Amino acid sequence: MDVTSGFVEPVAALDAFPMALLVGVGGSLGALGRYAVDVALGGGRRSTLAVNVLGSVALGALVASAPADAMLALVGTGFCGAFTTFSSFAVNVVRAGTEGQAELAAVDAIGTLAAALVGVGIGFWLAALW
Amino acid sequence: MGDRLLPVLVALGGFLGAAGRYLVGTLATGPTGTLLVNVAGSFALALAVRAVDSTRLRFFLMTGLLSSFTTYSAFAVETTSLGLTFGLANVAANYALGFTAAFLGLLIGRRWT
Repeated sequence: MDVTSGFVEPVAALDAFPMALLVGVGGSLGALGRYAVDVALGGGRRSTLAVNVLGSVALGALVASAPADAMLALVGTGFCGAFTTFSSFAVNVVRAGTEGQAELAAVDAIGTLAAALVGVGIGFWLAALW
Repeated sequence: MGDRLLPVLVALGGFLGAAGRYLVGTLATGPTGTLLVNVAGSFALALAVRAVDSTRLRFFLMTGLLSSFTTYSAFAVETTSLGLTFGLANVAANYALGFTAAFLGLLIGRRWT
């Protein structure tokens, strides 16, 4: 071990953290961000659509820019993973479908998928610009 | 409404949900792990929608933990990386199993309460 070197590269220091802790910290911020969008847009399927598409753009951009492992854990798996949600989306779709709004359920299911996949593409494109 | 503990509970739940998703991902990597958390989380969230009354517990468990345990962004990115055939299979698996899990969770949660 080199004891003469007191300086640790910030990214290297981040790598030393247990990955689960980095993911957890990113996840708590992602959940707070989603909660803020809920408050701003009034919750419901519109908020869920917004976080899922925005988060897919962000994760696409991150993945395409070949991040360090620690950055991927903190921002990708942690923040983007928790900012977006599959479970709320699934419950929204099933509730609409079983409460006589089959058309709304189908539009939500297919529209979210299409918008999120386009979002990933936009993320890739943004990363290439950068 | 003016409960200042709610954001703290959301953040705490988000920490646990995301870390739990990461741990599942170390056991089942890639799209398989994402499918597992999305199906299990959809069932649990649907159950909680029907069965949990306390506002604070709902924010901790639903907005925080269970919403963060599942993910749409990883599902979307993985789908684009799989090519057409496996990408379509990934969408079909997440949607069919996730919606079925949510349906069962709502059903069981209703009988429970």
